[in-house]
Amino acid sequence: MAKYLLLKHYRGAPAPVNDVPMDRWTPDEIDAHMRYMRDFAARLEASGEYVDGQALAPEGTFVRYDGEGRPPVTDGPFPETKDLIAGWMVIDVDSYDRAVELAGELSAAPGAGGAPIHEWLELRPVLAEQRTATE
Amino acid sequence: MDEVLLRAVVPTVIGVLVRRGAPFAAAEDAVQDALVEAVRTWSAHPPRDPQGWLVTVAWRRYLDAVRAEDSRRRREERVEAEPAPAPAGHRDDTLQLYFLCAHPSLTPASAVALTLRAVGGLSTRQIARAYLVPEATMAQRISRAKRTVAGVRFDQPGDVRTVLRVLYLVFNEGYSGDVDLAAEAIRLARQLAARVDDPEAAGLLALMLLHHARRAARTRPDRVLVPLAEQDRGRWDTAQIAEGVGILQAALARDRLGEYQAQAAIAALHADARTVEETDWVQVVEWYDELVRLTDSPVARLNRAVALGEADGPRAGLAALAQLDPALPRHAAVAAHLHERDGDLATAARLYAEAARAASTVPERDHLTRQAARLHAALRA
Repeated sequence: MAKYLLLKHYRGAPAPVNDVPMDRWTPDEIDAHMRYMRDFAARLEASGEYVDGQALAPEGTFVRYDGEGRPPVTDGPFPETKDLIAGWMVIDVDSYDRAVELAGELSAAPGAGGAPIHEWLELRPVLAEQRTATE
Repeated sequence: MDEVLLRAVVPTVIGVLVRRGAPFAAAEDAVQDALVEAVRTWSAHPPRDPQGWLVTVAWRRYLDAVRAEDSRRRREERVEAEPAPAPAGHRDDTLQLYFLCAHPSLTPASAVALTLRAVGGLSTRQIARAYLVPEATMAQRISRAKRTVAGVRFDQPGDVRTVLRVLYLVFNEGYSGDVDLAAEAIRLARQLAARVDDPEAAGLLALMLLHHARRAARTRPDRVLVPLAEQDRGRWDTAQIAEGVGILQAALARDRLGEYQAQAAIAALHADARTVEETDWVQVVEWYDELVRLTDSPVARLNRAVALGEADGPRAGLAALAQLDPALPRHAAVAAHLHERDGDLATAARLYAEAARAASTVPERDHLTRQAARLHAALRA
């Protein structure tokens, strides 16, 4: 078993096929999209492959250490930042091929006109934390 | 009665319920319920016959579940469909449970989860924590696995090889949380080896023991990996090594060689060397030749290149490596090691950094990064 992170981008991924911003969809199309995402997560739970999933707000803050006794410095958001993560899902699957298959399904979520968005999702292997029993 | 002893009788108890007519999935649930009850009550009132107690309580739980299901289904015309309790007898169905839980229709992950629950007696929560997934996910994985094998006849002989693969998967998962999967795999392999007449089952048990014996030396307290060559061999578990070697020798004497025996033989040769310099690399290479012959596995060929590098020098290892697909996992790490032994530190450093980027676990990545850093520092000096 291996865990994979599916990353959905607000910005930074190649343009999807059905490239209409969500605020231009009809309310019913938005509902259909949300339903698809919920159903997808529920299906993964039922197949025993779901680990976690969260959506992220588009606006964030950069924070860094500023020396002993000083409060951290904050900055941003930077509108020019190339990569902007919209959310993630972690899955636990038998193979890389299965992870690709699931990412493909998720990318088929309906958008404008009820047609699949064909959105590019980024698939990243999660590094295992545990100590191995062999060397 | 400690938890491990309690869990050891789980497959037998499930077997009794199934022989009495309970479907496997329901029997397994009932036994898990009985285990919870046992943990709750036994410290105050330990039973004289723990297995008998578990059978009685699990059977009662099963009947309760059947009745509840019945009354749900047909509230009016209620049938007392109580399966007739047949005598338990002295039959041990543990082996049948191993086969069922490793049934070829199951995916590896499902087979592993079902084996840990129905043969290992671990709770869903424990298995979920060991595999770092939510309990609900693991519960679904297990109930799907049960549905998959629902139609499989319980008394059909299975394939020991599939069981060995499942146990080896469990062993290789290592140990991260409160459940020690490597130790659990050893327990299950031991239980299996006592029940099947197959030198490969013994070979797998020996292999696990020989690897497990090095565990204390394999990682520092801060979790940093220590390679075999740098391990403090005084910290190897000599009792476990002796047991593993004994089991392996008995298996090899039966002259039915298989991949697990060959791997155990390699582990035994390492265990036998008091210092890394004393390692009999020529014999290690010979065993890798056997392993390649038996499995035709690219991973075995990769490891053979490492051994060849020790036996005949790094150039020989690099020549063997050149025959292999560079996309193999750990290819860059092996190449780095051989180039370093050959004195080409710059190439080795570059390859270690490349290997770190391709590592699949955090400790491995950190180890390889440290190797690259060490060589870069040496090159600067």
